Amino acid sequence: MRFILRRLGFYLIAFWASITLNFLLPRFMPGDPVSRMFARSQDRMQPEQIEALRKLLGVDDRPIWEQYINYMQNIFTGQMGVSISRFPTPVTEVISSQIGWTLLLGGTALVIAAVVGNLLGILAAWRRGGAIDSALPPVLVFIGSFPYFWLAMGALYLFGVVLGWFPIRHAFTDGLEPAFTWEFIGDVGAHLVLPALTIVLVSIGGWMLGMRNTMIATNSEDYITMAEAKGLRPGRIMLRYAARNAMLPSVTSFGMGLGFVVGGALLTEVVFAYPGVGYQLLNAVQGLDYPLMQGLFLTITAAVLLANFLVDILYVRLDPRVRSN
Amino acid sequence: MTTALLKQPTPTPAVRKPNRSFVHGLISNKKALTGMAVMVIFIALALLAPVLFPGDPSRITAMASLEPSAEHWLGTTAKGQDVLALTVHGSRSSLFVGLTVGLASTFIGILVGLASAYFGKFIDEALSLVTNVFLLLPGLPLLVILAAFLPPGLGTVILVLVVTGWAGSARVLRSQALSIRSKDFVAAAVVSGERAGRIMFREILPNMASIVMGTLLACVIYGIGAQAGLEFLGLGDVSTVSWGNNLFWAGNEGALLTGSWWVFVPSGVCIALVAFALALINYAVDEVTNPRLRKIKTPKTTPANVERSAAK
Repeated sequence: MRFILRRLGFYLIAFWASITLNFLLPRFMPGDPVSRMFARSQDRMQPEQIEALRKLLGVDDRPIWEQYINYMQNIFTGQMGVSISRFPTPVTEVISSQIGWTLLLGGTALVIAAVVGNLLGILAAWRRGGAIDSALPPVLVFIGSFPYFWLAMGALYLFGVVLGWFPIRHAFTDGLEPAFTWEFIGDVGAHLVLPALTIVLVSIGGWMLGMRNTMIATNSEDYITMAEAKGLRPGRIMLRYAARNAMLPSVTSFGMGLGFVVGGALLTEVVFAYPGVGYQLLNAVQGLDYPLMQGLFLTITAAVLLANFLVDILYVRLDPRVRSN
Repeated sequence: MTTALLKQPTPTPAVRKPNRSFVHGLISNKKALTGMAVMVIFIALALLAPVLFPGDPSRITAMASLEPSAEHWLGTTAKGQDVLALTVHGSRSSLFVGLTVGLASTFIGILVGLASAYFGKFIDEALSLVTNVFLLLPGLPLLVILAAFLPPGLGTVILVLVVTGWAGSARVLRSQALSIRSKDFVAAAVVSGERAGRIMFREILPNMASIVMGTLLACVIYGIGAQAGLEFLGLGDVSTVSWGNNLFWAGNEGALLTGSWWVFVPSGVCIALVAFALALINYAVDEVTNPRLRKIKTPKTTPANVERSAAK
């Protein structure tokens, strides 16, 4: 319990730090980007909306600590202003319409990569020097060294443009009404294949090597020798004895990976024009939409922190050493 | 008692050659050799770029979208720039930024890690907190946000990459420094009254050389990749020629949609080759310093070996 509380405290501090960063950035950056934004879009807005945005982004004359307290109040009551590029939709509405797609894409890719990567790592460590162990890691490391977006564009070109197997942009066909029908789900699935596949391809090597290296260490433990001496089936020893104990670092990476899901899919989303938060973040940057940018960053951070907190709770269940401390 | 101690034959001061076997291990390691060879080629190309391809590589000419030929080995872009010249010139900015970011992040990591491990207590708590917060903040979105608020330019790119990249190395180096901090020779140095700076940099730091090297390589890989990503998103300094910007322009001019794959392939392959070469060196460092990861040599069937494996 103490462990959980400690972690919770840490995540709260991290969240506070990101809010503060968000608060400080528009106020202390040279060149006054916010004024530029207002100059561009002033004529479309109501006076009171301008006033609210000025307060949010720090273009007002109140003392800084008063602005800060006001800013905190706004964030915790969910008032993040209105989006400039999608005027007059509130920022929160824009974000909530898009976070689902990011979670779908990133979650699918993460689960596939983690499951397959860990299994490959287990097999590689179990048969040291075997086919999987000697052939796959170099190949995967090589693929992993390509820039993420480059592979994605290559896949897009090859399978989308040249071969035409998969759709090349967006999350579903234009004009199709989102509904729980087989047609729509199939369509979403088809749009998901390429982006998810590229993420899996780049990230699987890390999972595999991590698992392999931890399991090589567990393989030399006494209880493995003991299990062998007892005459247990090799498959049982591999999965229930060696892999199970080598799993913990992978759980940690899974938590980190969840963070990557929300934020890291940005490049993939941009390449495939996938309507998630990453794609929207870049659009907000290009459209000088500072309120949306800030809202997105806070949402992404909050999601990352929450994911990591959940993994911590899981960790307490999995690792008795954490509980006893 | 002191006399008894003094009378003991003073042990000959150990000749310090900590890195001898390390360097030897690296040179005889195939992965390391391959990696270093690739890096040497790229560094040479980067240095020789103005000689090999004099003039401005991004000058716009009339020879647009030519396929690879004897005259233009890698073809030309939609603006008529020679792709090979762009790629070779691009290596300069990419390698420079990667190296700078790598060195700077590792340096900060060393400072934070050593200070954490040496001073402990409150300083460690505070520094670890900051490190962990930076580790947890989602890197790419933070990168994008920072780049959006700061004025565009090469300095911004480097600054932003260091801000988002130092925490990982700090964490690794801290845990290594912590384990060395608890060794007896550090305690001896503390007791003998050596200054903090000396203990940190002369006693602890040399003993974690291999980890520092691994961290540096990882940071350079991160720097090159992240710069390319940032520039691909159009958030770098679009006026410089670099691999990331080449890809940005390739995407911008719709190179793939018009089928000009030759514009798009070289820069990506170069980034991959450099990253792969650095990763190879990194794995080699790991293998040389961590015997458990070394390749098992196929056992020769000499009697001695058979006996040993039987004993196992």
